[in-house]
Formats: sequence, C-alpha cells, structure tokens
Amino acid sequence: MNSELKELYQQVILDHNKSPRNFRLMENATQHAEGYNPLCGDHIDVYLLIEDGIIKDVSFKGEGCAISKASASLMTSILKGKSKEEAEKLFEKFHDLVTGKLGDSPSIEDLGKLAVFAGVQEFPVRVKCASLAWHTMINAIKGEQEKVTTE
Amino acid sequence: MNTQAAASVAVSKNSYDINRIREDFPILSKKVHGKNLVYLDNAATAQKPTYVIDKVNRYYTSMNANIHRGVHALSQEATEGFESARIQIKQFINALGKNQIIFTRGTTEAINLVASSYGRWKIIEGDEIIISHMEHHSNIVPWQLLCKEKNAKLKIIPINDKGEIIYEEFERLVNERTKFISVVYVSNSLGTINPVKKIINYAHQFNIPVMIDAAQAVNHIRVDVQDLDCDFLAFSGHKIYGPTGIGALYGKVELLDAMPPYQGGGDMISKVTFEETTYNELPHKFEAGTPDIAGAIGLGAAIEYVNKIGIENIKEHEKSLLEYATKKIEEVPGLRIIGNAKDKTSVLSFVLENIHPHDIGTFLDFEGVAIRTGHHCTQPVMQRFNIPATSRASFALYNTKEEVDVLVTGLKKIIEVFG
Repeated sequence: MNSELKELYQQVILDHNKSPRNFRLMENATQHAEGYNPLCGDHIDVYLLIEDGIIKDVSFKGEGCAISKASASLMTSILKGKSKEEAEKLFEKFHDLVTGKLGDSPSIEDLGKLAVFAGVQEFPVRVKCASLAWHTMINAIKGEQEKVTTE
Repeated sequence: MNTQAAASVAVSKNSYDINRIREDFPILSKKVHGKNLVYLDNAATAQKPTYVIDKVNRYYTSMNANIHRGVHALSQEATEGFESARIQIKQFINALGKNQIIFTRGTTEAINLVASSYGRWKIIEGDEIIISHMEHHSNIVPWQLLCKEKNAKLKIIPINDKGEIIYEEFERLVNERTKFISVVYVSNSLGTINPVKKIINYAHQFNIPVMIDAAQAVNHIRVDVQDLDCDFLAFSGHKIYGPTGIGALYGKVELLDAMPPYQGGGDMISKVTFEETTYNELPHKFEAGTPDIAGAIGLGAAIEYVNKIGIENIKEHEKSLLEYATKKIEEVPGLRIIGNAKDKTSVLSFVLENIHPHDIGTFLDFEGVAIRTGHHCTQPVMQRFNIPATSRASFALYNTKEEVDVLVTGLKKIIEVFG
C-alpha cells in the first residue's frame, strides 16, 4: 500500500472499522443527535448519558465509511468519564488535527489514540468523514435535536 | 473547416483502433499517484479530445467576438461558428429544423427551462406530472418546484430489482389528470436504457407531451428525435466529449413557439419599448444574454469527433467493454452489481460487502483509477435498493479491457486490506 494511504488507513482505524466499540443503541440516554453527510449518504446516531456534567456513557449506531466509523468508535472510547467542557475542547483539537492546523505541535500528544487520524489531513474530502461523529456528539451535548449535516 | 485532425485514421474498415483513439485524448497519458490514469468516471464527465480543445482555443485566439449583432468580420465569424454548431446538433439528433435547437448551460438548465416556461404556462392545480424512480435530481427537483407552486402532483413510475422501469405501472399511472411526462433515456447510476419510444407512443394517444433527459444517451446510442417523436429532449456537451457549461434543448416547433420566454434579456427580443416587448423568433427567444460561444463551438466539434468515429462503433466497443467488465468483476468476492437491466449502457454500479464506497474510491485513486462513489445525484435509486451509496465505473469510447483489469485487481487488493 502507498505510504499516504497507509497513513490514512492505519491498523487501528481498520480494526475499529471492523469491530466498532460502543456500537449500540442506548435506551437510557439523556442526549441524542442524528448526523448526516449528504456527500456520501453516511448516517450516524450518537447517544450520551450525562450525569452532573460528566459523560457516563456514550454510544453510536449508523452507516459509514471506515474513517467515519473508526472515528465514531474511537470517540466513544475516549469520551467516557470526561466532562462536557473537556469533550468540546477535545473536539476542537481533533478538528485541528484532521484539518492540518495542529502540525507537529506538542498538543498532538493530548489526543492520545486519536492521533491515528493525522493522516486525514492529506485527504481534504475525507475531513467530513472523520468529523461527522464529533459534530453529532457536540450537538447532542448542546441538546440540539435537529439533524446535523456536515454541509 | 479543418476536420482532418478528427479521428482521421481511428476507425478504418471495421477495426476500432483504440490506441489511435487514446492518442486523441491528451489527459489519458497523465499519471495519478505515480500510476497510469484509468479514467472510469465518464458518466460524470467525459474527457476531451485535442480536436475539441483546439477548436475552443482557436475561437479565443482568432475568432472571439460577440455574436448576432456585430457587423464586423470577427463577429460574423463567431456567429457562423456558433450557428454551425447548432446545425451539427440538429443533424446529430435528426431534428427537422435548426430553430428547434436551443443552447442551454446543460441538461439541467434545459429541464428547468421547460418546467418553468411550459410548466408554469400549462400546469394547473390538480394536474399530474409523471417521472420515473431512476431520475437524476435534475429531472426531479424542477418538477417538484413546479408542483409545489401549482399544487400539482408528481407521480413516479416504479422500477424493479434489476433497475428497469415497470412499464405496465407507467400505463396505470396515466389518466386524465396527467399533463406532462419527463423521463430519463439512460440512467446515470444504473445504466438502464429505458423504453422511451414506447412511453412516448402511449402518452401521445392521450396528447400528453413527453420530455426526454438524454444526458447519458447521446454519447452511447443513436438518438433520433423524429423517430422517438419526443416533444422535448435535453443533453449536455460535457458528457459527449465537449466542454462543460453548454448543452442543448430540442423542442417541437409548435410548443416552443407557443411557450412564453424563460429568461428576459438581450438577443431574445425583436423590439423593446417600456410599454411592450416583442420577442425574437426561435431559437433566440429562449437564448437571452451572451451565450457560451466557445462552449457551443466546442460542442459542435465534439459531435464532429463522435461522428467521425461513429456512434455505432462506439456502441459496439462499449458493449464489449461492459460485457467483459461485468464478467470480470464477478471474480471479486462479496461484490454485488446494482442495475442489471437487459438493455444497458456501459455503466457498472456496485457495492462491496462491508466496505464503504468512499473507502473504495480513495483506495482506487491510489491505483490511478478514477471512479465515482456516492449517490450519483439519484438518491431515490439508492433508497429503492436500500443502500447509502454505490461505487460506479462508467466506460467511454477510449477505455480498454486492460483498464478493467486494473480496476478489478484494485478491488481485490481492497478486500485484502479491509476484509
């Protein structure tokens, strides 16, 4: 595989695509939002259980490409136990990473496992795939029930 | 006219000289990610031969002027170039008169013109307009807008699992409220060739006018408006090896004559006072403003090019490519073809089990292969087959069996990585 392509489809991403974590409906969710990417028809539901401003549980359901599915899966793994504010900050950083604004700055380390999405910056058309779950999660937190689109 | 560059030796005595044809298209020698470009996104837009590029270039370097009103030499030359492109189109689709050919920005604008002009004029509350389930969004939304405005109804001809129109259902939809029918000749996402002549015949028994979206037809099969007896027909230049931003609408004279103008402006009038304006004759009545002159000349050149190779030869070549590709692609495990109509043009839409079309598209790009992934502006087709998207390889007159092999090898590699 070409090196740029390898950077995009890292083993972690392929693994999360194949067996996504927290891929389920959540009956007792306090927050839920729907996300849609009209470019490719990707569709995602994000569920959150928030108590005292802390994300106790997070899950997702939906259809998408490897990038969007792995991104949603990794997002749910990393958000558990975080406060709403921390989640929002993490999204900003993640967005900077996939749009190439972070560069080699040391803050990439704060992203932990999410750093595997660094390869996305070389594929501008795929930024929306990587950020769909995050946009949807933010809307769920804000309680905006309207469907999110990445357009 | 200098036509000797147009595929002069590409087709000789029943042999289709593919290598010679490929040389006519400079972009085909381009490398993508270090690989030879394998361009299989022709249903989105086709590549342009040097013959077309040169004609457009020559217009700007030696003929550029505004048309129709100038008395100077350049303006006359530009007018002649523009109007002879109209004649090329007229002959190409076998229209009776060149005044029946209206230049538009493309198929989309042509459909909007008819929906706006004929539709607003004729359609009233309670009327019904019939389209099919496999229309491109450009043959759905203009009618939807019209129906909303007039409180009319849009009726949809269903399609079967092979991706064919269910003709009996069409006849069942036609009733005294049916006032217009607009159907696609060839589906861009499935490749299906629809029985439009049969549809037109039936509709005409009840005096219902029919519009044909021929955007994906004119580049693959012979289109004859007199034989079809369609009332309107639209196509785009860029799918038939011409420039983008130019296309044509064909219409029957009695309809075009009676219809109100679509846009107001220069060129479409014969006399203007603040009290009243009289409109220019056909086709100028529908061509307000300075048109894409270079585009029209380019489209005329593209038709000349296609004529030189011969639409029947193109059809033969593409048919054998589709047969080969359909067979070959079945080697790919977990692959399902979407669109298995009996009559098809060279479009191969497919889904791979558990691998999203977007990932396929990105992956193939690194093999040099350009395909389309997504809903192809036919979201109702995707809903019909209960899929979010497909991958689509579409073949043109310059594609080869070797390129099909590159595609299939690429797909097999993807399965290794994602499987």
